[in-house]
Amino acid sequence: MEDAKKLKEFQAKIDAEIKIEPKDWMPEDYRKHLQRQISQHAHSEVIGMQPEGNWISRAPSLRAKVVLLAKIQDEAGHGQYLYSAAETLGKSRDEYIEELQTEKAKYSSIFNYPTLTWADMGAVGWLVDGAAIVNQVSLQRTSYGPYARAMVRICKEESFHQRQGYEIIAHMAQGTPEQKAMAQDALNRFWWPSIMMFGPHDSDSPNTGNATKWKIKRETNDELRQKFIDKTVGQAEIIGLTIPDPDLKWNEARGHYDFGKMDWDEFWNVVKGNGPCNKQRLDHHKKAHAEGKWVREAALTYAHKEKQKQLVA
Amino acid sequence: MLETPPLANGGREGLKMTTKDALIKYCLRLGDTSLILGQRMAEWCSNGPTLEEDIALTNLSLDFFGQARTMLSYAGELEGKGKSEDDFAFKRNEREFYNTLLSERPNGHFGDTIARNFLHDAFLYHLYSALRNSKDEIIAAHSAKSIKEVTYHLRHSSEWMVRLGGGTEESHQKIQDSINDLWMFTGDLFAMNEVDEILIKEGIAVNLKDIKKNWDNTVNEVLHRATLQRPEDAYMQSGSLEGRHAECLGHLLAEMQFLPRAYPEATW
Ligand SMILES: [Fe+2]
Ligand SMILES: [Fe+2]
Ligand SMILES: [Fe+2]
Repeated sequence: MEDAKKLKEFQAKIDAEIKIEPKDWMPEDYRKHLQRQISQHAHSEVIGMQPEGNWISRAPSLRAKVVLLAKIQDEAGHGQYLYSAAETLGKSRDEYIEELQTEKAKYSSIFNYPTLTWADMGAVGWLVDGAAIVNQVSLQRTSYGPYARAMVRICKEESFHQRQGYEIIAHMAQGTPEQKAMAQDALNRFWWPSIMMFGPHDSDSPNTGNATKWKIKRETNDELRQKFIDKTVGQAEIIGLTIPDPDLKWNEARGHYDFGKMDWDEFWNVVKGNGPCNKQRLDHHKKAHAEGKWVREAALTYAHKEKQKQLVA
Repeated sequence: MLETPPLANGGREGLKMTTKDALIKYCLRLGDTSLILGQRMAEWCSNGPTLEEDIALTNLSLDFFGQARTMLSYAGELEGKGKSEDDFAFKRNEREFYNTLLSERPNGHFGDTIARNFLHDAFLYHLYSALRNSKDEIIAAHSAKSIKEVTYHLRHSSEWMVRLGGGTEESHQKIQDSINDLWMFTGDLFAMNEVDEILIKEGIAVNLKDIKKNWDNTVNEVLHRATLQRPEDAYMQSGSLEGRHAECLGHLLAEMQFLPRAYPEATW
């Protein structure tokens, strides 16, 4: 009875576009959905540091090195805000990290692909951050206050990342034949995984029901994917790169690009852990975490001792 | 024995080193040291003990790269042969780098990195403090800007020295071992040669013997707060002034320089 009334009030707030805040009552499923989604988003930012981190030591100019390193730091910062947002739902960062490391929580599958050449630093910024922006702009209007506010902050930085990535690949596409080949190869490898970042087709997407009613998700996977494709095709054309999809063509009647079939077998395979880098990414995270244990313990012990000293004094 | 690399006397063999030649070499010393520390600290990205510390460690890296770019660009300007910061960073060989031996030490574990940085930060802190009064305007301005960064760096590394020294038994032992292992590379920080002689006379550089006294005070004070022992001054390694480094530098450079070397025609 009580819950039915609360649920009604909750839905009324959502319908009136009033943000839900941490102290507000919320259905358990709403909380769980957000815990899962926000922590998955946080893990993605953090795991996403690895494929780009792979090229910091080999960046081809000091300027490029600094830009890349600063970009990856931004992603670490995004991880921080998102863990904080997720913590408002009553679970600690340590618990979320535990879920990541025990594979109870996922992160974006795109980061399970390797970055093989410097052109990938262009492709990742341009396509992966580009796809992330489309999703995150939409999430600025999500119903949970802390998540929506984190998205506003993050989106500003993401558009820089996208531009910087595009700058790298555009420059290479106009460079030497080898550079141009690297640029095209990077686009070939990252195109399909990038458009699959939006997730399965709406018809095959089991989680969207309540998420839409509760306005956690404001636009569907397919709508977001279409937006991304529509804005990206022209960007590839301008720099003389070819999107690796023979079925890609403008559909006058729809006012959108039509595009070919995505390989969902590959997608689910990578989600299940069989991508080229799933094991490597998780092992890296676990190793860094394990190697930092004595440091975290030392800091805690020291802080504790200092507190004791102050109490005595 | 190998000849001193060509930049040492600006290619003017047999001639006395000019002030300009000496200054170029001095810029490379400062620039290379920052560059190599930057490269080392960047290796921490995604490897920090916490997300917060990961960001802090790579912030240091960004500061170091900024310092390196200023000094390497200035070296190119002085030399007047159209060399850019990138030409200096990516197109020189192992024997043409003048970074301190301490700066190139591998990161090891977190304590090793903190110990290396601390010993080095204390050096750069006192060096840049003094160089703010350099008669060379660019060096003075660079030092005035860098001292702000280096002050923060020294605070960061000192605080960790104290935390690790006073933390658990394990952390105490680890950081003491780190300091012991790195100690033999600290003598090289204060090595001087003809470059210093010329530039000190011109009021451009400072006497590193004076810097050493200040460094001793800072190091002793922090080690004391960290309840750590100062190692005995046993045998000290040397060689950075002649571009003679440890094996690890060659690997760092091979990785860092790969793209510009593999595609010399390309721009990025
Ligand atoms: Fe991202
Ligand atoms: Fe991000
Ligand atoms: Fe980003």
